[in-house]
Amino acid sequence: MTITLNYLFWLTGIVLLIVGGMIVIDREHPRRFTAGGFWLLYALVFLVGDRLPPEVVGVIVIAMALIAGFGGVTAAKPKLLPEAERRASARRLGNRLFLPALTIPFVTVVLTLAGGHLVFGGVPLIEKANTTLIGFGIGCVVALGFACWTTRDSVGQSMKEARRLVDALSWAAVLPQLLGMLGLVFSDAGVGKAVAHLSTAYIDMDLRFVAVVVYCVGMALFTVIMGNGFAAFPVMTGGVGVPVLYGVFHVNPAMMAAIGMFSGYCGTLMTPMAANFNMVPAALLELPDRNAVIRAQVPTALCILAANIVLLYTLGF
Amino acid sequence: MQTAVNLWPLIGVAVIIAGFVLRFNPMLIVAAAAVATGIAAGFSPQHILAAIGTGFIKTRNIPLIILLPLAVIGLLERHGLRERAQMWIGNIKAATAGRLLIVYLLVRELTASVGLTGLGGHPQMVRPLIAPMAEGATENRFGKLPDAIRFRLRAFAAATDNVGLFFGEDIFVAFGAIVLMTTLLKEAGVAVEPIHVALWGIPTAICAFVIHATRLALLDRRLERELGSAGAPRNPRDADANAATTQTGDEA
Repeated sequence: MTITLNYLFWLTGIVLLIVGGMIVIDREHPRRFTAGGFWLLYALVFLVGDRLPPEVVGVIVIAMALIAGFGGVTAAKPKLLPEAERRASARRLGNRLFLPALTIPFVTVVLTLAGGHLVFGGVPLIEKANTTLIGFGIGCVVALGFACWTTRDSVGQSMKEARRLVDALSWAAVLPQLLGMLGLVFSDAGVGKAVAHLSTAYIDMDLRFVAVVVYCVGMALFTVIMGNGFAAFPVMTGGVGVPVLYGVFHVNPAMMAAIGMFSGYCGTLMTPMAANFNMVPAALLELPDRNAVIRAQVPTALCILAANIVLLYTLGF
Repeated sequence: MQTAVNLWPLIGVAVIIAGFVLRFNPMLIVAAAAVATGIAAGFSPQHILAAIGTGFIKTRNIPLIILLPLAVIGLLERHGLRERAQMWIGNIKAATAGRLLIVYLLVRELTASVGLTGLGGHPQMVRPLIAPMAEGATENRFGKLPDAIRFRLRAFAAATDNVGLFFGEDIFVAFGAIVLMTTLLKEAGVAVEPIHVALWGIPTAICAFVIHATRLALLDRRLERELGSAGAPRNPRDADANAATTQTGDEA
């Protein structure tokens, strides 16, 4: 038997089904039907999404966006143990509490490194294309067992805690996937071509320094719009990198590629479109300003972008 | 001239920018941008819904990394994981928020650069461990923290995870981005060795570490300036004075 990503999708679907069910039957939840319904719809996407016609999934996505957009996914008041009780438990369990948490990265890394060698009777244990992600999923399951044993608590309680965190994250948990979908729709519709046309047709790049700046800043700006350096790289490298920097000025192409992608990452640090890096942590850390993480990153990103321009201009030719 | 390029799909980009500037709900903005882009590209309504549905199914792997650790992290938090992280850092007298985050930045960047990107992350490391440790280290030095400082420390903890990950992973030669770059360059007729792309990433990776570590050191100095004089445990008289003002305020 090979463990594929589908198993993780089903597992996630089951957890969301339980969480959604808990919210629907919770009479103290301020929006139990809309919020619960939102998570139940999301559970469907994981459980049977690939068997539904794509148009139906499209309708589900639009329904989820409307529920979230009009304030239907608010959180209930979280049920926590009093702080004194948590402190007592922290003192009693000591550093053993860290071990289940560290099990997740540990198992992920071990399975990433060993994944290719775990072949039984010619059948690989872990789907090769997704070793790290599947290793991560297995790590989470192992860690949950370990955590129940360490704390003498139950899987049922862990579902209540998952519901508390899902409630706190709210729609921010879904936004990264929605943006991934938007990236695919953009490339279907030819948005990349249009942006490349605009950025190359109106700037005079006879000077080497101007060309370097256009390439690096263009990578960053385009990544800010798309939320992803991978989407920006083909556009800017095809539009400016290869024809101008390489074709006219004979840049070292390996360095151009490396610095171009890093300039894109500077853009990732500055955009709400990179939701999984910027918006989700703000929700996870319960920050009232949802752009707080971006604000903390902008100075670092601008300094690194400037350093990239200097590096490519001085070492690249 | 290249006037044949269709510029209408850019309307989706305009919707995104306008939506974020006008502070609409991001879920609505993104869904609206997808629909607007589809209309501008001349898709039929059914084609638009199908494009959205197909895209959403193809990207189901993205949220796994957020959703899967929630049960175990939540359970550990119930039993005091975050409190334990604060106590633990309290035992290290030299710890400050800035120094702690500089060490985390270094570890995160180095492990990512050898492909071990699973060693960090916001749900499983930053929320339960790194952010409480940054808060705990600062609390040990200056006493109870105002919320604004608490939020700033958390934002910096998240930012440090991102910077370490981004500028470390791209110098790992087997990383997907490097494969993507060399493939694209080859299609454009430029032959490049993946190992050279990885090596030429190192100067930027070093700059990124130096720049962000400097900012973290400055964060420490700023905390000292803002909290040092009003350090609650060292300066009980200030606290009394505050309490007195509140009382008079209530009477008035």
